[in-house]
Amino acid sequence: MSKAAVKAKPDTKKVTENTSAKTNGKSENIPQGGPGGKPQMPKIDSKTVKRLLSYIFSHYKMRFFLVLICIVVSSVVNVISSMFLKTLIDSYIMPLVEQTNPDFAKLTKALTTMACVYACGIFAAYLYQRLMISISQGVLKRVRDEMFEHMQSLPIRYFDTHTHGDIMSYYTNDADTLRQMISQSIPQVFNSIITIVAVFCGMLYTSWYLTIVVVLFVFIQMVVVKNVGGRSGKYFIGQQQSLGKVNGYIEEMITGQKVVKVFCHEEEAKEEFDKLNEELYESAYNANQFANMLMPIMANIGNLQYAVIAIVGAILALSGIGTITVGAIVSFLQLSKSFSMPIAQVSQQFNSIIMALAGAQRIFTLMDEESEVDDGYVTLVNAKREGDKLVECEERTGLWAWKHPHGDGTTTYTELKGDVRLFDVDFGYVPEKIVLHNVKIYAEPGQKVAFVGATGAGKTTITNLINRFYDIADGKIRYDGININKIKKADLRRSLGMVLQETNLFTGSIMDNIRYGKLDATDEECIEAAKLANAHDFISRLPDGYDTMIDGTGGSLSQGQRQLLSIARAAVADPPVMILDEATSSIDTRTESLVTKGMDSLMHGRTVFVIAHRLSTVKNSDVIMVLELGRIIERGNHQQLIAEKGKYYQLYTGAFELE
Amino acid sequence: MIRRLLASVREYKTASFLAPLFVVCEVILEVIIPMLMANLIDYGINKSNMPYIIQIGVTLVVCCLCSLTFGALAGKFAAKAAAGFAKNLRKDMYYNVQNFSFSNIDKFSTSSLVTRLTTDVANVQNAYMMIVRTAFRSPAMIVFSLIMAFRINSEVALVLLGVIPVLAIGFVLIFSNAHPIFEKVFKTYDKLNNIVGENLHGIRVVKSFVREEHEDKKFKNVSQEIYELFIKAEKIIIFNMPLMQFVIYISMILIAWFSSHLIVSAHNDPALGMTTGQLTSMISYLMQMLMNLMMLSMIFMMIIISRASMERIDEVLQEVSDLKNGDNPIYKVKDGSVKFNGVSFSYNGSDKFCLSDVDINIKSGETVGIIGGTGSSKSSLVQLIPRLYDATKGKVLVGGVDVRDYDLETLRNEVVMVLQKNVLFSGTIKENLRWGNPEANDEDIVRVCKLAQADDFIEKFPDKYDTYIEQGGTNVSGGQKQRLCIARALLKKPKILILDDSTSAVDTKTDALIRKAFAEEIPDTTKFIIAQRISSVEDADKIIVLDSGKVNGFGTPAELMKSNKIYREVYESQVKGGNDDE
Repeated sequence: MSKAAVKAKPDTKKVTENTSAKTNGKSENIPQGGPGGKPQMPKIDSKTVKRLLSYIFSHYKMRFFLVLICIVVSSVVNVISSMFLKTLIDSYIMPLVEQTNPDFAKLTKALTTMACVYACGIFAAYLYQRLMISISQGVLKRVRDEMFEHMQSLPIRYFDTHTHGDIMSYYTNDADTLRQMISQSIPQVFNSIITIVAVFCGMLYTSWYLTIVVVLFVFIQMVVVKNVGGRSGKYFIGQQQSLGKVNGYIEEMITGQKVVKVFCHEEEAKEEFDKLNEELYESAYNANQFANMLMPIMANIGNLQYAVIAIVGAILALSGIGTITVGAIVSFLQLSKSFSMPIAQVSQQFNSIIMALAGAQRIFTLMDEESEVDDGYVTLVNAKREGDKLVECEERTGLWAWKHPHGDGTTTYTELKGDVRLFDVDFGYVPEKIVLHNVKIYAEPGQKVAFVGATGAGKTTITNLINRFYDIADGKIRYDGININKIKKADLRRSLGMVLQETNLFTGSIMDNIRYGKLDATDEECIEAAKLANAHDFISRLPDGYDTMIDGTGGSLSQGQRQLLSIARAAVADPPVMILDEATSSIDTRTESLVTKGMDSLMHGRTVFVIAHRLSTVKNSDVIMVLELGRIIERGNHQQLIAEKGKYYQLYTGAFELE
Repeated sequence: MIRRLLASVREYKTASFLAPLFVVCEVILEVIIPMLMANLIDYGINKSNMPYIIQIGVTLVVCCLCSLTFGALAGKFAAKAAAGFAKNLRKDMYYNVQNFSFSNIDKFSTSSLVTRLTTDVANVQNAYMMIVRTAFRSPAMIVFSLIMAFRINSEVALVLLGVIPVLAIGFVLIFSNAHPIFEKVFKTYDKLNNIVGENLHGIRVVKSFVREEHEDKKFKNVSQEIYELFIKAEKIIIFNMPLMQFVIYISMILIAWFSSHLIVSAHNDPALGMTTGQLTSMISYLMQMLMNLMMLSMIFMMIIISRASMERIDEVLQEVSDLKNGDNPIYKVKDGSVKFNGVSFSYNGSDKFCLSDVDINIKSGETVGIIGGTGSSKSSLVQLIPRLYDATKGKVLVGGVDVRDYDLETLRNEVVMVLQKNVLFSGTIKENLRWGNPEANDEDIVRVCKLAQADDFIEKFPDKYDTYIEQGGTNVSGGQKQRLCIARALLKKPKILILDDSTSAVDTKTDALIRKAFAEEIPDTTKFIIAQRISSVEDADKIIVLDSGKVNGFGTPAELMKSNKIYREVYESQVKGGNDDE
């Protein structure tokens, strides 16, 4: 019991805190209901149970078996200990009472035996808990690891169609309920069931008349649990709803707190809050009220049962029906106490098991998501030139080649140049809605190709197709003359450097973050890349320079600085093709023109795809494509497009709003 | 700290007292019940005294029913007290947050404030309920059980007294050893969640750099760390149950041993000494006492655990706004002139200034453009005018008076700033605009929307001005949002209007129209315009060029074009391409 309290509490807290920080999730902060707090009753899916058990059995069969034995031993000892009082009174004390010179030797022996039995029980209890730790933690670690590994293999589509908050909660809330279930609920329910069976047998053995009384009371308890528990469950749902509302309101207001202040809107903000807060109070009060009542009611029904058994037992003993002794009544009373406790426990565990299974089911759904398929067989290898032939080699030569094995057993090597061509490409994120129509693009090695167009015109979509985050519906994409479907995804992506508008940095030092582009890069290479991206200056000004620790959100760095870092990260990877998706949008134009100088040298000899809102960024491109509603409507360089006096011209002269 | 938090109990004090009161009543009955049961056995069953059995039996049933009622009432009041306490805590925190200055807000991140107001309060609420219900129950139970045990037989009861320290020391040892490890586990959990979060957000980066394995390894290392720490901590915690069982069993055997001797010598006669019925009660009391000791240790743990939450709540409650009205605040702003008098500013009050030695004088009604690179403290400069922050050194004067001498609300009603990170709230467009002026009528609203060039697109919405804006304004485009925010600010009819990069997502043509409307319709309002786009400021009366927190140039656009290198560079990087060809 105390174990549960120690563990479960704080980490649910930490976990939820983290979730809410990451996802702005509203539902995550809702604490699980207390005893009897049952949200909707999801059905127990036998497949989920089986799968979950298979995690236990596949690796911990022996241990789990041992656990079962230990639980049986420990429950039996429990029952014996309740029965012991009867034996003690009937077989030892009562006879001794009659004797004039009592001999305690037999009693001593009996007590010693009991001590041994108890020792076994204690040992069994310890052992099963000890084993359960490694089982539950082992299973959890496996589930966690498998889940993460699988998540990494999922296609981008999955991440685009699921909210991060939902995925995050698989690791936090769902994994947490799972842990509680494996380490606590399963053993406890098992323990309770065995105890119930054992005690029931003991009761039947002692007196089956009295057993009927007990069964009657169990029935009453069930009814109470159903009514009071059910009512509290209803209110708990209400509590979760009002909690969600309060959370949502707090979040909205605190996010906009500065606006609230600027408009001196504090009083109104308080008023609305008070209303929601009062609602939450009402539902929390009701929910907990019934939950709190459940235990005293159950306990006193137990007491009532005790009294009734005593009376009935006495009547039976006196009237001689069922040949019941005083010791028997006493030990039956003891047994009846051991009987109601596990029943209360099981009814409490039931909810958490259902909740855990629902969590497990969600986790398994994630694990069952189909991984990104990769049937490419063309790989990227280091190469060197021997005569006019390319030969594969181990060391880094700076020269790369596509290794293309053919059906007839021969292998050809094609130099990696960065020639990307799209032929009549159609694409839709969902089959019903095509967002790209008939797109043709020819990017020769070393060219800078720019995409311009309103949000939703399909600029980013095109880049998503080149690196195969998504697969095209119709048409063809060739990379150095090879159909990209034949290229192994990892190798394809390695040859493409991406810099995105949303700069995602990782917790670690600045150096680590730059090195992310090329894990074996030396410090010098990283610094060189930072200089190229014009990031060196601001990094050097940081207190710890390149060793400054940053976290994923980049905290202390401005958006512009983070963009510079992500450019450096791509630069160190040194890919032949680069995709810059609004990579400089948060860098002011003056700094940008400085960065551009570095970028120009960075882009030299590479094929570069640029997406930018700001036309000054794309002006010097070799080709500019103007996209509208998934079609390329204009193409040409800056001068040609200006001369055309089309959409681009309008954009450039500011007659049109890009949104 | 605890006392400070408890101040929020307020109107729920009655419930907080009633709950333990009923608990004590319940406890008394619960202690009496085993005694009655013992009598039932000794005088009733053993003596075959049927009327007595009935009499005691009925008493027992009545006691149980009373105990049930008291228990239920205690539960009810405990729920009320805890829910009410939580409500007041949330309220107090929220109200205090409303008093926060900008620098107070900066100190806490949004997500951390939300967590404090929700999860942390929930933790404290649970702990409080637990305390109200059990903190009295368990000690009372232990004391009463001991008293009853001693009344039955003081010699045997000594056994009970003896096991308390054993158990207590055991619990303390277990918890004090395990607690630090658990703390570590939770920190590691944070690390794990952080990795997952970063991977979710940066999945495109991970995939495009083909770093799946790298991330897998990172994750598995932390996962392994959690695994090991958890096992280490639980290895200690599981001694709990064996310890408990050990104590129970040992005391049972000891009690059985001593009692049987006593019973035998007394011939099971209550008049002479101990009886079998009393033995049964003794065992009951033993169990009651031990169970409650365990409960007590659990409460202890809960308090320790919720301590972190309490501390975090207390931090918010203790945070005092560092912007206060002066003693004799001024309620009138004369005009829109602004003067910076040797102003230096740093966010944390250190001497690493992000603005230093700013001396600028702006006349009422002027339009002032502010340009400068990323991180040149453009926003910091203008935030001093509505006193969102206080200058660290020097003075900011509005209408010739130090901003610190104004009543804050008066000042902010006259100096309105459209923030860079602006927010619309869930509600209709009208509701959002009325933030600027709750009494504004429909004509006012349409007028400012026309000024901000927002009327056109609003009229195109099916519900026009009653269009519902989703939380965070996700259903309007960035440019539309910016224009709505400007309209909202205009509704205040301020003497000074500050636009902090507020038209960045608006196209240049509309941007120009907004500025034209400003010049024509609100000529007396002093306007500050921070912009990336040079075209947004080139027709301003004055331009401030900022570079790393220092004023690099101040003057008319034409002057700066001649004298200021940065201005010229920015100008050229943006305008040059427009009319030539490279």
